[in-house]
Amino acid sequence: MAGLWHLSVREAGLRLQRREISSVELTQDCLERVQQVESRLHAFITITPEQALRQAQAADQRIATGQTCPLTGIPLQVKDLISTAGIRTTCASRMLENYVPVYNATVVDKLLDQGAVVLGKGNMDEFGMGSSTENSAFAPTHNPWNTKRVPGGSSGGSAAAVAAGLVPFALGSDTGGSVRQPAALCGVVGLKPTYGLVSRYGLVAFASSLDQIGPLARDAYDCALVLNGICGHDPRDSTSLPQPATDYTSGLEQELRGLRLGVPEEYFTPAMQPGVRQAVEAGIKALEGLGATVQPVSLPTTKYALACYYIIAPSECSANLARYDGVKYGYSFQDTSNMWEAMEKTRQGGFGPEVKRRIMLGAYALSSGYYDAYYLKAQQVRTLIRQDFARVFQQVDALVAPTSPVVAFPLGDKTADPVQMYLIDVCTLPVNIAGLPALSAPCGFSEGLPVGMQLIGPHLSEATLLRIGHAYQQATDWHLRRPEI
Amino acid sequence: MELAEVRHIAALVRIALTDEEAESFRQQLSSILEQFEFLRQLDTSGVPATGHAVDLGTVLRDDVAQDSLTPEQVLSNAPRREGEFFRVKAVLEE
Repeated sequence: MAGLWHLSVREAGLRLQRREISSVELTQDCLERVQQVESRLHAFITITPEQALRQAQAADQRIATGQTCPLTGIPLQVKDLISTAGIRTTCASRMLENYVPVYNATVVDKLLDQGAVVLGKGNMDEFGMGSSTENSAFAPTHNPWNTKRVPGGSSGGSAAAVAAGLVPFALGSDTGGSVRQPAALCGVVGLKPTYGLVSRYGLVAFASSLDQIGPLARDAYDCALVLNGICGHDPRDSTSLPQPATDYTSGLEQELRGLRLGVPEEYFTPAMQPGVRQAVEAGIKALEGLGATVQPVSLPTTKYALACYYIIAPSECSANLARYDGVKYGYSFQDTSNMWEAMEKTRQGGFGPEVKRRIMLGAYALSSGYYDAYYLKAQQVRTLIRQDFARVFQQVDALVAPTSPVVAFPLGDKTADPVQMYLIDVCTLPVNIAGLPALSAPCGFSEGLPVGMQLIGPHLSEATLLRIGHAYQQATDWHLRRPEI
Repeated sequence: MELAEVRHIAALVRIALTDEEAESFRQQLSSILEQFEFLRQLDTSGVPATGHAVDLGTVLRDDVAQDSLTPEQVLSNAPRREGEFFRVKAVLEE
């Protein structure tokens, strides 16, 4: 191996454009790295080496003609919830184990058009439902910092792959923290964009009013480069925002002087580990040292976010997952002549326990007699949570908080009790409820495991969040630490 | 939550359950619903509901013919097909 696998997106791109390295060399290096560590991590569900090398050759030809963009020739992993034409897209579910999409998600089309190289599909919690990647129907992903620990979830395969140097970047999706929380637990950077900034076309739906695709990479600069490559209005997604194209790298070098940061007290819960608190508080001090002003703020509805989320997300999931009937695609129970029995046994055998739990929970919350008490109530609480954020964003430009109250926990630690697993997401759920952007960046270690700091901003404040992350990473080196695996 | 309610919901969402599964979901869903009780503390009278966090209008495309997937593409993942159709089990008993 030529040791190219550790390069960042930005560095690899510059070396490719100067033709110091080729995309084929870089891709081969990453594939060898995958071979070296994948049996200990299970970060991938499907690896596509032949196709990746063909794409790398095409990228090299393109670079030779000078027609490049920053992502040309750069390998990536795509979460297995994002459709890839001709490559099976399982959502880590038995239900879609052999499903091969006939079209690409818009984000995949965009990246392929720019000459990026798809190395394979990322492991995850089934249909994005989970916080540890232990709900994958195939195998749990292990954390590269300690393989007895979980990588977080649901985009755990993506975070582990980026942390271990299998790919310079990955695409995940975030419905309640599924990009940011695994990024925090694996010591990489994860961005959840504003709802509607990135097209959801071809993203297999979990909870449509909350789902958003976002990048995972090793620093804020790389996240900006990837966001440039995937954002923009898409006529095929009716919730896509009509935003003009922005270069998210252009304002990154601006200093933080004059920036007003708020620290929401409700995010520092009693359940938060002391080591996490220390690391996040040190991170806030560092931002203050860079010229930002810091003030405490209050978001009193935060404590209602968990219940609000676990009514809204399962309700939407119960409707979205009604499509898996064993007729059009996917697993199909055949050993009966009765249509209803076939459908019921298809869904019994195709879905894992957490998916069934959420479908049933959602159907219950929507069912007659309970609708007002649960679903309507949760939608009203959603309004109050949005208003809370709107109020504090009149006082501050962004919020700083922990991403997760805990570091990566041991595999099997929280699988017995669903509520314990849900509680892991208390700091990330409110952001999806309000449709806001948020960035998680490494800010230290506790028990030898990475801690993530979360930056939350108003709608379409990605440039500010990335600028804060970048300034922080110019002054600190947490993002440069690599696991020994 | 009663076992009968679990069975009723499972029938609505078309998921077959063994007796063990039904009992385990009854316990788990009950403990999750307990968490939801907390929301009752919050007075939401007169608060409008939010369906989407970003203000969106209805989007209509121009009425222009476009290419769509071919029947072969649409049927390429079908568990059972017959010609250009999805094949299903009998809906009505004979």
